[in-house]
Amino acid sequence: MTRARGALAAAATAALLALYAWAFLRAESQRALALLVLLGVAAGAVSTRTRLLARIPATSERLSQTFALLAAAALCLALREDDFELLLVARVLIVAIACLGLHIQLGYAGVLNFAGASFFGVGGYTAAVLSRSTPLPHLLVLLAGGAMAALIGSLIVVPVLRTRGHYAALVTIAFALLFRTFLEVNDALGGPQGLKLREIRIGPWRFNDPVEVGPFSGSFYLNYLALLLVLLALAWIFVQRVERSWIGIDLDAVRLDETAAAVFGLDVARWKTVAFTLGNFLLGVAGAVSAHMVGFIAPNNYSFGESLVLVSILLLGGVGNAWGVALASAIVVVLPEKLQVLQEYRFLLYAAMVVLILIFRPVGLLPRRMRRLEGVEPAP
Amino acid sequence: MTAPLLSCRKLTRRFGGVVALDGLDLQLEEGRVLGLIGPNGSGKTTFFNVLTGIFPATSGEVEFAGSRITDLRPQEVYRAGIARTFQRSRLCLPLSIFDNLMIGNHQRLNHGLWFNLVQRGALRRQIEAARAEAVELLRTFDEPLARRLPDPVSRVPMIDRRRIEICRALISRPHLLLLDEPSAGMTHEETQRLMDDLLVVKRRMARLTIILIEHEMTVIERITDRCIVLNYGRKIAEGTYAEVARDPQVRQAYLGLE
Repeated sequence: MTRARGALAAAATAALLALYAWAFLRAESQRALALLVLLGVAAGAVSTRTRLLARIPATSERLSQTFALLAAAALCLALREDDFELLLVARVLIVAIACLGLHIQLGYAGVLNFAGASFFGVGGYTAAVLSRSTPLPHLLVLLAGGAMAALIGSLIVVPVLRTRGHYAALVTIAFALLFRTFLEVNDALGGPQGLKLREIRIGPWRFNDPVEVGPFSGSFYLNYLALLLVLLALAWIFVQRVERSWIGIDLDAVRLDETAAAVFGLDVARWKTVAFTLGNFLLGVAGAVSAHMVGFIAPNNYSFGESLVLVSILLLGGVGNAWGVALASAIVVVLPEKLQVLQEYRFLLYAAMVVLILIFRPVGLLPRRMRRLEGVEPAP
Repeated sequence: MTAPLLSCRKLTRRFGGVVALDGLDLQLEEGRVLGLIGPNGSGKTTFFNVLTGIFPATSGEVEFAGSRITDLRPQEVYRAGIARTFQRSRLCLPLSIFDNLMIGNHQRLNHGLWFNLVQRGALRRQIEAARAEAVELLRTFDEPLARRLPDPVSRVPMIDRRRIEICRALISRPHLLLLDEPSAGMTHEETQRLMDDLLVVKRRMARLTIILIEHEMTVIERITDRCIVLNYGRKIAEGTYAEVARDPQVRQAYLGLE
């Protein structure tokens, strides 16, 4: 009985969110948008006050995830011809995958990475070089983007491990600055002008052709969106499996108390390296897809400011909660694009959001929940 | 005469000009309970930290179960079979009781990436086995606590946190258990209850060896076989509680009497 009600609640929530997202993306007038923002804030406040979301029983979580995926797919189909709106959704998905990488690093292991955009860029540039100069299948190119980011990350992690707290974060900032300078002076990688990329091709499937299936036709972005939804689902399962295993406990122990962790045999350096590498892999894959979709990459896209945006998404959504990451990715990507007043003040908006969230809700929009280990029923 | 489980020779630890531990000699046979007492700052906790590899020894040697463990890393000391609790609780408060116990159970679980991320059926069986064992161990201490396994540690009272901390150290089945002032911050009755628990544990695990740092003299009297008194990092007395309590040097260190 509670199961059926939980499923119903999850389906209703997913449908409402998809409807809201559709309305928001389709709205043209600034007044309608402002009203929708207010509505969203009010709904959020009410559901927080009444603990509405917490009442959805955890047993129906798998259903919630399926519904969320279906709702996202339905949203894409509903927007089928609207290139700009679909591009926004695609960017939300890309940012969400990238932030799931940071989520493993910061949310689980407590490793603060201020070079998120750089690892994203490593993925993008790797994809560009590989797809321009080799006939490697594009799915492998995407994986190679992730692998390259993971590899470079495993070198950067050496100085990160030799330092603690703020100093470790400074090492990643140094890398972010070095990476951008490296790209700008490197002519083989296009220098400040950057590189052009081709579309993604998987077998006969060309991603830049409009979608036509029988009577249905839609924007070419639907190709990318289909791929991104699959990648996000995989990243999601991956992140969840990490959390709900002994590794999740290991990473939490390392984050919360390194000394106690070491006294009980945990290899602190090893777990930080694992988290950093896995996270960078996701960042790299996201970067590779993004580069192909946009068709063009340049050092400017991978600035330190973009890395800060990625970290602020985590703070906004709730450090350690994957749902929070998804929600905050949507807010941070879509809001400044739709509300034109804000566009010029994008970074100001992010800064204000982070300050407000740290003052009024330091745990983030969706705070972290207790771990549910594999096969273990959660506490009532 | 069997070889002692733990023996320290001239163990010394300096922090700059301060000699926190000054040439400590110590022998401990398997299955014994040793009390470590002394005024604040006399080097008791430093001794634990040096033993468990948190601080390297400045000089001297430690031998445990026949092999030299001086200068090993904390992880290696744990694997050799030494587990400890901390004076100020170092549990992970946001995590569940079960998660905290599993941190202590580290060496007996499979932490491979493939096992954890792909072989979920095998992982599930290992989790179930570990859970049954955790319940069993907590029951030795407190029946209701064993039912609260999925609760966050931040929600249980002080005495239960101590119990969890001791269980976290015990669950890996160490040969040597180091307890750093288990009565700190608890009322007299709570301390007595915790000591009852410890005596039960000791009866069940006859070969378990314990070193106990304590300020509560009733505790020392009740459960230790032998005591060592430290002052300014140096051993000033050794013997049964009754013997050291009579020692004039000990009385002077504690009470400042002539």
